[in-house]
Amino acid sequence: MIKILIEHLNLQYSDGKESLRDINLEIPANEITVLFGPAGGGKSSLLRIFNRLNDLADVKLISGKVLLDDTDILDPMIDVISLRRRVGMVFARPVVLPMSIRSNLTYGLELAGEKREMKLDEAVERSLVQAALWEEVKDRLNEPAISLSGGQQQRLCLARSLVLKPEVILLDEPTSGLDPISTGKVETTLHELKQTYTIVLVPHSVQQAARVADFAGFFLQGELIEKGIGKELFINPKDKRTEDYIMGRFG
Amino acid sequence: MESTKNLHEYILTRLIKISGYSAIIFVLMIFYFLLREGLPTIGEVSFTNLISLRWYPIENYFGLLPLIGGSLIVTLGAAIFAIPIGICTAVFIAEVAPRWTRDILKPLVEVLGGIPSVVLGFLGILILAPFMRRLLDLPTGLTALAGSILLGGIAIPTIVSVAEDALDSVPRSYRDAALALGATQWQTIWRVTLPAARSGVMTAIMLGIGRAIGETMAVMMVTGNAAVLPIKWNSLFLPVRTMTATIAAEMGEVAKNSTHYHVLFFIGLVLFLISLGINIAASTAVFKQRRRAERILS
Amino acid sequence: MAALDRQGKLLINPGSSDARLARQKLGFSCLTLITLVTVIPILSVVIYILVKGLPAISWSFLTTFPYDGVKQGGIFPAIVGTFFLTLGTAIFSVPVGIGAAIYLSEYAPESRWTGIIRIAIINLAGIPSVVYGLFGLGMFVIFLKFGTSILAGSLTLSIMTLPVIISTAEEALRAVPQSFRVVSISVGATRWQTIRRIVLPQSLPGIITGVILGLERAAGETAPILFTAASFFLPRLPNSPLDPTMALPYHLFVISTQVPGMPVKIQYGTALVLIVFVLGMNLIATTIRSRARAHRQW
Repeated sequence: MIKILIEHLNLQYSDGKESLRDINLEIPANEITVLFGPAGGGKSSLLRIFNRLNDLADVKLISGKVLLDDTDILDPMIDVISLRRRVGMVFARPVVLPMSIRSNLTYGLELAGEKREMKLDEAVERSLVQAALWEEVKDRLNEPAISLSGGQQQRLCLARSLVLKPEVILLDEPTSGLDPISTGKVETTLHELKQTYTIVLVPHSVQQAARVADFAGFFLQGELIEKGIGKELFINPKDKRTEDYIMGRFG
Repeated sequence: MESTKNLHEYILTRLIKISGYSAIIFVLMIFYFLLREGLPTIGEVSFTNLISLRWYPIENYFGLLPLIGGSLIVTLGAAIFAIPIGICTAVFIAEVAPRWTRDILKPLVEVLGGIPSVVLGFLGILILAPFMRRLLDLPTGLTALAGSILLGGIAIPTIVSVAEDALDSVPRSYRDAALALGATQWQTIWRVTLPAARSGVMTAIMLGIGRAIGETMAVMMVTGNAAVLPIKWNSLFLPVRTMTATIAAEMGEVAKNSTHYHVLFFIGLVLFLISLGINIAASTAVFKQRRRAERILS
Repeated sequence: MAALDRQGKLLINPGSSDARLARQKLGFSCLTLITLVTVIPILSVVIYILVKGLPAISWSFLTTFPYDGVKQGGIFPAIVGTFFLTLGTAIFSVPVGIGAAIYLSEYAPESRWTGIIRIAIINLAGIPSVVYGLFGLGMFVIFLKFGTSILAGSLTLSIMTLPVIISTAEEALRAVPQSFRVVSISVGATRWQTIRRIVLPQSLPGIITGVILGLERAAGETAPILFTAASFFLPRLPNSPLDPTMALPYHLFVISTQVPGMPVKIQYGTALVLIVFVLGMNLIATTIRSRARAHRQW
């Protein structure tokens, strides 16, 4: 089943950086889709279209269709706020809000109007369990979030993205600042999460891409060069450029 | 519920936008009022009168030159001693003083900047003027020199704060490079760091002088208020009167809409344009320092 | 690199390093001396007023009205007047100032218009205080017919205080990391919700510091209230914002320049109260600033 359908997507920023040209891609539901490629390829830009975070940047031109189930994300008339609740995001550097661990998680819920303490507590526990962080912080929920280690902070960010029960989770190089153990924990968690959510990930290395991808797309300078099932793409890439990148001949 | 929240937010955003433009609105309003009440001067007072050397409103002498001269000499005097002292102090605080000294001196200078000018003028009358009278054997201690000293004292904190900020923002790498080439710290300061902070330091000077020109109370209390053109060699030791003091001293007794009233507003207009000129020069000269300068300009 | 002149020659004097170090020592001593010239007067001023003014301070001095002209008694109405004027200034300048800062920091992209706004802010900051007095007279006292009143004085002082508040508030807002805003938006907040729930609370200490510093200056200014609010001797406290009022800076000005036979002790006492008021605010602001920096969560 296709969760996100992208047809003939073109994107240009005013400063010309990181644009996208004629992207056609299908993101399957409940799988981990990996967008990989060298820097400047447009992967992060594409990710930010899915939750309309590109609105914050200077966009010169955007055309095409991006359908989340039946909703056209690019339609200027849609309710961007509820879109962002359906699509959660984890950023490269862990960014915890300057509040307690618990408040970091309830922030999004309170914005959505949820006030009942019981519901908030439930959501906090559920998302921390899903992010494999519950055991470590359950007794410290009211401490400031920056007292956590880097790996814990990033899992907190992951939990924060889960709290609103989104349908899709976007991750932009989520383990780039983390040690190998924390990275491993995050990758394991993603495998469990994909049963409930659709996951789109920009990896910080080709190896990570190969480890976690169910489905993958190779991006080079704004174009989608090749796409396919993870195992096949990494073992038998069809395009020479894909192969060169995977083999480390450039990057 | 959603829609009232949206309306709420919409109104708030509009108010914020209006606040944003308020600064422009106020500047224009001030300019307008000064023009409105000051321009009639041009019709009511002849040009030769305005550039004459007598300021004696009671008998319709509205010569502005003595006042402009008074402002000039007092400001110049202030500049001559405030600029070197201010810059040297800024250099000391930013480059030479150890951490603990810096942490004491910076707030101390800010404290001086915060002392109301009335208080300085008050001390000028009670202490500085009699002291100078005795020291220099003058008929009165209320002179241009006294005004310059006080104005210098008022300008120095501004110069020190802004210049010190400018010196502080020079990247470490400049100093490190010079030291690595064998320069002493002293040489580094004067040949590398200070030139690198040049635009910030210029801003500091302009802002300090701007503050001195616009100062009212301290000068009024201490310069003797004699509207005489200060061109004699010893003018520094005689009483003078500045433009600002004139307005402050005479506005209270003036009949509304009289010629005198209009001339005082005209002087205000001149002051406004002078400060406009200085500030535009200061703001185009340096972009980075501007925000800190805006804050410190007080 | 600044250490090489245009021909690529080292600008470092190849004199002996002993000579250079000796020169440096001399130079540093000079700088220290000059800085002392700046610093010692500050301390002396404050200490002197403290010493000479303390004898005048008593509970009755602070809480009773003056009598016998103003030559005896207390300065209570002046203290109250300054308090009201400061309050009035806060009421007008704080919302507008913070609103403008929010606009510049959070809403408006840098454009020609924001450049013009910033120039306007710098200009407002540089206008001489007596010109503000003139404007206040023309606009609030006469045109809007508020008369000599706390209202007119507060409005005048507010416009004068605006630039300080806007600049410090904007700096405080911009200091909040951009990543917080991005995260907030990504979980479904609107721009205003982000400001209200994250940016403003985090920048509040910096904003409050700026507000207090601005108000401190407003409290000490004389020229803007000379023709807009201040009255020398009032038998009663003001009843409404439309009444004129006594004020500390103005009171000090008058008793030190226009009352023959004024007891010196009371003059110093008034100066002391004014300084304590102003410097007290400074102290509060500085304390808030350093405590906030220590407790920052980013």
